Amino acid sequence: MKNREEIFEILKTQFPDAVLGIDSSLPTEVIILIDPFKIKEVSLYLRDTEELNFDVLMLLSGVDDANGEKVKDEEGCDLIKGGTLSVYYHLDSINLKHKVTLKVSVPREKPEVESVYYVWRTSDWHEREAYDMIGIIFLNHPTFERILMPYDWEGYPLRKDYKNPEFYQGMKIAY
Amino acid sequence: MSLKTERMILNMGPQHPATHGVLRLEVEVEGELVIRVKPHIGYLHRCFEKHAEAMMYNQVVPYTDRLDYLAAMYNNWGYALAVEKLCGIQVPERVEYIRVIMGELQRIASHTVAVGTYGLDIGAFTPFLYLFRDREKILTLFEMTCGARMLYNYIWVGGLSHDIHPDFVRMTKEFCSYFKPIVEEVNNLLSFNKIFIERTANIGVLPAETAINFGCTGPVLRGSGLAYDLRKDDTYSIYNKFDFNVITGTGMMGTVGDCWDRYYVRVLEMLESIKIIEQAIDQIPDGDVQSAVPKRIKPPKGTVYTRVENPRGELGYFIISDGNTNPFRVKVRPPSFVHLEVMDALCRGHLIADVMAILGSIDIVLGEVDR
Repeated sequence: MKNREEIFEILKTQFPDAVLGIDSSLPTEVIILIDPFKIKEVSLYLRDTEELNFDVLMLLSGVDDANGEKVKDEEGCDLIKGGTLSVYYHLDSINLKHKVTLKVSVPREKPEVESVYYVWRTSDWHEREAYDMIGIIFLNHPTFERILMPYDWEGYPLRKDYKNPEFYQGMKIAY
Repeated sequence: MSLKTERMILNMGPQHPATHGVLRLEVEVEGELVIRVKPHIGYLHRCFEKHAEAMMYNQVVPYTDRLDYLAAMYNNWGYALAVEKLCGIQVPERVEYIRVIMGELQRIASHTVAVGTYGLDIGAFTPFLYLFRDREKILTLFEMTCGARMLYNYIWVGGLSHDIHPDFVRMTKEFCSYFKPIVEEVNNLLSFNKIFIERTANIGVLPAETAINFGCTGPVLRGSGLAYDLRKDDTYSIYNKFDFNVITGTGMMGTVGDCWDRYYVRVLEMLESIKIIEQAIDQIPDGDVQSAVPKRIKPPKGTVYTRVENPRGELGYFIISDGNTNPFRVKVRPPSFVHLEVMDALCRGHLIADVMAILGSIDIVLGEVDR
């Protein structure tokens, strides 16, 4: 069993480029920041190293950080320009009973992250949901499409600047 | 003469009695053999997570009821635990005891539905009626406590909405002694029924490593023979005070991890829950159940992920707070959502009739799959 700071030190020596830092400013959880295009390498290492053995991906969640610049569009609706979207990975080890949280931040205009589908098979639907709700694109995911919303839905509902559409397939949506 | 064969797409649902909700399965078959199953979900989607962002922390609790409506107590509890951890609230001992009792009663109520409707899927009608009769007794206990039978809004952040009724302890004890022989009856009626065993043993075998990689938890993982229970392995509340066993699948009727094992884990877990209730019911300390309920919840900046052992598996809540009275982001990890992913891997190579047997054995609730 290792605590999160020890895990960070191991990762930092193994992947000096991929591990961007550790965020321990928040009192409740320590979060390790990872490069979006190296996340698969780091994940494989976390899963297959004997002393770490993170065999379970408990949760993968997409988050709109809403830290960009707030502007008005031509209709006067709020819009966020710039800033980041994030993906959080909560990992757990059944044998060693330790946990870790990874975080990947990507620019809002080009939200691309390496998929961990081939590391933890459970991430399949989680990644599709993060795409469906937040609009994060996972590269090298074999069946990448919407999951909860209809396949032809436009926009990403959980973004902070999401605007409810007036029509869906020509039908007026009542609220 | 040669017969012409070709693959066919068979559509099951969205309205299908055995899907336990609104689920569409796209099944590719070659004759009777299943080649591939693709679940289409989202028919019950109502964007709980978006709603939660517009609510204050305590207003989210009734919404959590509607995720897994067969285990609403546990959904309340998971959410309350997450916010309590975020704010650093310590709840009174009495509240913890009542929560454990309610949670375990809810587990029995949920498993009776799972076991009963599983029999119904396979074609055994009687056990379903018997078990619904007994579930009614649990719902009466809940109704007596908080007025609701299905969606309780009972476990609040920091406490409970009501204290227990003066008759609650007596009636719960009566229920416990009433329910133990029922499990025996279910075993005679269903579990060891020759036809039922033929339909479920050696069907949908899930090896433990595959289950872990797919993120399975709860009875699905334990059915594969791994004794992993969050009540013991990542203990929360006061579960470390009670003595109970973690039930695992043994492959009694076929292979470890088949449908029958997953089913039988649920049957035996009901007895373990009775054990916990019997230990807890006599020790409830006195106190005020609302003394720790905050008037206004305004947690500090931070993130928290907590998980509880819901009747279906690991129910997790990931909450990000930006220091306001509304959560910045609430993300649920519903066990059914994760378990439904494994359908494809389980069904390949089986017959069409087995698809329903497999779907019933992983026991999903569509309200929580779609949120």
